[in-house]
Amino acid sequence: MQDRFKPETVAQVLDVISWGLSNKKPLEIQGAGTKRGIGYPLEVAATLSLSGLTGISLYEPEELVLTAAAGTPLAEIEEVLAGKNQELAFEPADFARLLGSTEANSTIGGIMAANISGPRRLKTGAARDHFLGLKAISGRAEEFKSGGRVVKNVTGYDLCKGLAGSWGTLAVLTEVTLKVLPAAEQITTLIIAGLSDAEAMSAMSMAMNSSCEVSGVAHIPANLVSRSSFSDLAKSGASATLLRLEGIAPSVEYRATQLQTLLGSLGSTKKVTGVDEIWRDVRDVHYFAENQDKAVWKISVPPAQGAIVASAIAAEIPGVEYYFDWAGGLIWAAVPAFNNASQTAIRQCLKSCGGHATLFRAPEEARSTADIFHTLEPGLMTLTKNLKDNFDPSGILNPGRMYRTL
Amino acid sequence: MTGLKMPEPDSGILKRRDEIIRALQQRVPGEGVISDVDEMRPFESDGLTAYHQVPMIVVLPSTVEEVSAVLKYCHDEGIKVVPRGAGTSLSGGALPLEDGVLLGLGKFNRVVDIDFDNRCAVVQPGVTNLAITHAVAHEGFYYAPDPSSQIACTIGGNIAENSGGVHSLKYGLTTNNVLGLEVVLITGEVIKVGGKHLDSAGFDLLGLMTGSEGLLGVITEVTVRILKRPETARAVLVGFSSSEDAGACVADVIGVGIIAGGMEMMDRLAIHAAEEFAHAGYPLEVEALLIVELDGPEAEVDHLLERVEKIAKAHNAVSVKVSTSEEERLSFWAGRKAAFPAVGRISPDYYCMDGTIPRHQLPRVLTGMREMSEHYGLRVANVFHAGDGNLHPLILYDANKSGELEKAEDFGSDILKLCVEVGGVLTGEHGVGVEKRDLMETMFNDADLDHQQRIKCAFDAKGLLNPGKVFPTLRRCVELGRMHVHGGKVPFPDIPRF
Repeated sequence: MQDRFKPETVAQVLDVISWGLSNKKPLEIQGAGTKRGIGYPLEVAATLSLSGLTGISLYEPEELVLTAAAGTPLAEIEEVLAGKNQELAFEPADFARLLGSTEANSTIGGIMAANISGPRRLKTGAARDHFLGLKAISGRAEEFKSGGRVVKNVTGYDLCKGLAGSWGTLAVLTEVTLKVLPAAEQITTLIIAGLSDAEAMSAMSMAMNSSCEVSGVAHIPANLVSRSSFSDLAKSGASATLLRLEGIAPSVEYRATQLQTLLGSLGSTKKVTGVDEIWRDVRDVHYFAENQDKAVWKISVPPAQGAIVASAIAAEIPGVEYYFDWAGGLIWAAVPAFNNASQTAIRQCLKSCGGHATLFRAPEEARSTADIFHTLEPGLMTLTKNLKDNFDPSGILNPGRMYRTL
Repeated sequence: MTGLKMPEPDSGILKRRDEIIRALQQRVPGEGVISDVDEMRPFESDGLTAYHQVPMIVVLPSTVEEVSAVLKYCHDEGIKVVPRGAGTSLSGGALPLEDGVLLGLGKFNRVVDIDFDNRCAVVQPGVTNLAITHAVAHEGFYYAPDPSSQIACTIGGNIAENSGGVHSLKYGLTTNNVLGLEVVLITGEVIKVGGKHLDSAGFDLLGLMTGSEGLLGVITEVTVRILKRPETARAVLVGFSSSEDAGACVADVIGVGIIAGGMEMMDRLAIHAAEEFAHAGYPLEVEALLIVELDGPEAEVDHLLERVEKIAKAHNAVSVKVSTSEEERLSFWAGRKAAFPAVGRISPDYYCMDGTIPRHQLPRVLTGMREMSEHYGLRVANVFHAGDGNLHPLILYDANKSGELEKAEDFGSDILKLCVEVGGVLTGEHGVGVEKRDLMETMFNDADLDHQQRIKCAFDAKGLLNPGKVFPTLRRCVELGRMHVHGGKVPFPDIPRF
């Protein structure tokens, strides 16, 4: 039977990693395990869950900074921030429904280790851009820290960036310090109905290139809108191009009018204020939460190439469904799981424009055989291995989760 | 710091100088290799002028292939390399080595591609920060990070130092505005990270490279994000009779949810120097002056300015002036932007520091600096990026007076130690370089620094790129690679039970 450790102190986390290192027992590193389904399935001796290491140790709203133990539930942090009208501006997603996970309590450590960001990524940056400081334990069973609690800091290498998106393969986060920001007083979404993918690309580009400061730019093709949690949208039957404006009320109203003037000729527009679920659906990929037998790809491309890549994919893979976030720069695509979830076709379609594709959800069989994370050029792979060898020379932290040889 | 120790020159390399020059000339033809001491003199120092060292050889390549060939040769032969952009570093990041090749990227000065549809620009590393904005301004775009040296400093240097500017609370540092890099590793291998899309595949090498101070690779192409100019910008100038009031005002502005485009604070000495120099219309009978700039849609800026004015008055502001024209807004900034040269006029020399502190610690740090100022017998003027806590104390001294430079340096070290003590950091935007190298241990312990050096080992195991910078003790990668094992096992063989 697999051992499962759930330490409640940093010293205990260190004990577990020391034990793993001493006995050459590889460990699966988890927060609450909500994103277990992403990456190669692991064959490990034991699980190290950080979910027992909880608590917000510092929150200074006027300083826009918060420090929490890695296992602190995201929900707890968001609630505390909301009490002061603040938020995590990178809008971390909750993939529980997408991944069919029974665990719903994402931890902040898991969010940062996976660098999970939502629709506001295109304006405010990714999780890594709000990651000011950390404490962690490497695969050498040594504690270290990096960064600090201030936004302007160039003292030493930026290990926060190094660990964000490393999926627990380099070190185990025990504490994170984050930049937080004021939450918007008003959130308004402008919905343009009936645009084709190509028309939507141009509308999204016009919005992004205006001074309207849009903070969410997505396009849901007509075949998916019926799955929206917002009934007006679900009933509309037409594709929906979504443009989000946030800020103080007079500013939002002013910009909404500007945007309507700019884009009104493209299709019928409608203005909706509030209605969080519009963007929750986009962020958490609820459009593909059903049909768990289908595989889901997360594809990052230059935004202006979004529709071109999507149509190339559609030509190759019958039955593909997709929608766009990040003004076209993020394509979520659901495909049949067989044939390694069509990975060859998907990645071929990216060759000419650049970008990368991650197999975000797939049945166990496809997960074991497909290349889940984008294959790296040899030079980058060498550097990646070098980093792994330096931080986790015995390969005890999430071995093989991102790349089979890592 | 005046007792700065650099890595011991390798006499074996120095003896081979002529042969190395010939080998480099084969790789970089024409006038790209400079070996005459007088011609190398302009490269002996960067913005931290207290230190200078003529390099062994200067190489100015003009293609990626040449950079790659030079680095591969140096790697094979064990020759140290110091990369250099415009040489504006204030921390000695481009200080040459006696036995090292100085690799200048000045010839990489081309804007490669401007892509408005993807809101990015692809440029070579020798393009200046401001030139990027100039290249995209005709469509109403700009590049956000704006270090004070932006006329001269290059984007390659900005990447190396992760440069900031006065708008970084709202718009981020360099690292938040870079999308992709082409990098030549010390082995000569050319890699590409990121691109026109968001987030890189695999580990965030882009994030590790940015701010790595030329120790990990040589940047040969950069893709940056460009932004549409805000519709309008207006500034308000607020005078306070104490820095405590000014600090409390800043905290309240942020506390109510206003993220200003820029928030700058100056103390009395800096205000007077700046006003005398730039005639910006600053009030002189105040102890602290705050410039708050709001940018965005007109409706928003007008609304927020009113709120900022109210908050300022609630914190005993003694003068409040809102800009009524673009000309007036720029004049408010003219004084602040001229603060360094202005201070240069009231003192033969000044030494610019760069710590960051949690903002609420400002009164404590200012009090500490007043005490230090008395102790060292040197004046200090303060300019402060109040929005993000980045402090630039300017220590006034006279290098011609014996011992004053040393005193100024000790004073500076004491300030930075105090910044760390109150929860801040040694450097906000100028970099560690050689200047703060030996202070790194006040912020980091051995394990912290070892893990940073392991990043270095992953990129440059021989330690040939820019050695002597950032790390107080350069440890060999072989040594860093060893596991701390006792009898074949780390000290914890038993299964943990808790």
